[in-house]
Amino acid sequence: MNIFFEGLAWVFDPAHYGGVDGIDTRILEHLRISLISLLIAAVIAVPLGYFIGHTGRGRTLAVAVSGGVRALPTLGLTIILALTLGIGLEAPIIAFVVLAIPSILAGAYAGFEAVDRRTIDAARAVGMTEWQIAGKVEIPLGLPLLMGGLRSASLQVIATATLADYVGGGGLGHFIFLGLQTNDYPQMLAGSIIVVALALLSEAIFSVLERLVVPAGVKSRAPTTVRTKSSRSRAVVG
Amino acid sequence: MKWISNNLELIGQLSLDHLAIALPPILLSFILSIPIGWLANRFAWSRGVLLTLSSLLYAIPSLPLFIVIPVVIGTGLRDPINMTIALTLYGIALMVRSTADGLASVDGDVIQSATAMGYSTWTRFWRVELPLAGPVLLAGVRVVSVSTISLTTVGAVLGISSLGSLFTDGFQRSITAEIYTGIVVTIVLALIFDLVIVQLGRLLMPWTRAPRKTRDDSRGRLAEREVTA
Repeated sequence: MNIFFEGLAWVFDPAHYGGVDGIDTRILEHLRISLISLLIAAVIAVPLGYFIGHTGRGRTLAVAVSGGVRALPTLGLTIILALTLGIGLEAPIIAFVVLAIPSILAGAYAGFEAVDRRTIDAARAVGMTEWQIAGKVEIPLGLPLLMGGLRSASLQVIATATLADYVGGGGLGHFIFLGLQTNDYPQMLAGSIIVVALALLSEAIFSVLERLVVPAGVKSRAPTTVRTKSSRSRAVVG
Repeated sequence: MKWISNNLELIGQLSLDHLAIALPPILLSFILSIPIGWLANRFAWSRGVLLTLSSLLYAIPSLPLFIVIPVVIGTGLRDPINMTIALTLYGIALMVRSTADGLASVDGDVIQSATAMGYSTWTRFWRVELPLAGPVLLAGVRVVSVSTISLTTVGAVLGISSLGSLFTDGFQRSITAEIYTGIVVTIVLALIFDLVIVQLGRLLMPWTRAPRKTRDDSRGRLAEREVTA
């Protein structure tokens, strides 16, 4: 366990901050790679998921493709892209976009599907157009589930972004791979500790966001559960 | 193609190494999550605590965990046992939720009927609740299996031999065919495991064999409940 404290000491050593190789620089790099990947994945997956959720079309295909992508090893994808596109940021970012899409897609269409059919029928009955139903009913009500999808995507990307440095993409993986080459265990641990902290931070932020995006109308109604069946038990009726 | 035929032996050996790392976590996490899932489902407080713990555990990135575990248990950095432990922990983190959800999905009326028929708590759990929770557990095992097989490749960057070694070696020597081989073999391995698990599920849960769509079914059941109520 002593090595563990050496790793912690490495994190808090002021000498390891500032400059190209500073912990602060590497954290920013790591966050930048993760955010760019997440944004691109969201731009692709959210509209697609909304389309699937609203129309119910292509759901089977989406589930099958998502399952297949889960089996795809990100390390292999990153490396094959790096050999094709060259060393740098492009290869890992594309690989992380592929990694993030299934979770966001699932969050987007599950959010639409979770909306009570009667609510949507009611919206249609009061004369809303399909666009209005999507924009004013399905999107707000589906936001918590979409946030859930973004949450797991963000976790996966931040965790996997350590692999970016393997192909020269920078980020916190730098400390892990440099420590590995020089047999510097405290440095590897330091990199690991910071990545774990970032992952937990992302979880914390998204769990707050998940709660914040619940529409006010749904939130105020939450304590009194809506009764969908009579209070008499089934045994009495049957 | 030439690279593959020249290196069949290497691919076979690495596949075996891969299996030796990935298989124990899939089995262990399934077995270990049954008592934990039971506990999570038993009390209101234990559900919150155990599910929060498992989602925190799942939030720990894999590569850092592969590095931290040897420090905690005192093994070498390149010891495959580290991977087995780390992947088992991830498996448990995923499976505890599935097991708790599966047990919670068992109809209260069925449990009451079983009690009324004279089942003890112990036999009722093994012969009524667990089998009925089976389909949810099966879905959980499938996710664990696919993600474990995929994650096993990551160990290669630390020098732990698996199909991921084809990625690192192919990268260092710029052999594209080697990397593609690694990707394809990993996916095929995951698919084979998935098929085996689904078949095992059919064998162990013959009542799930009749083809039906779960989504429509759950809606049908909901509607049915509304009608009867």
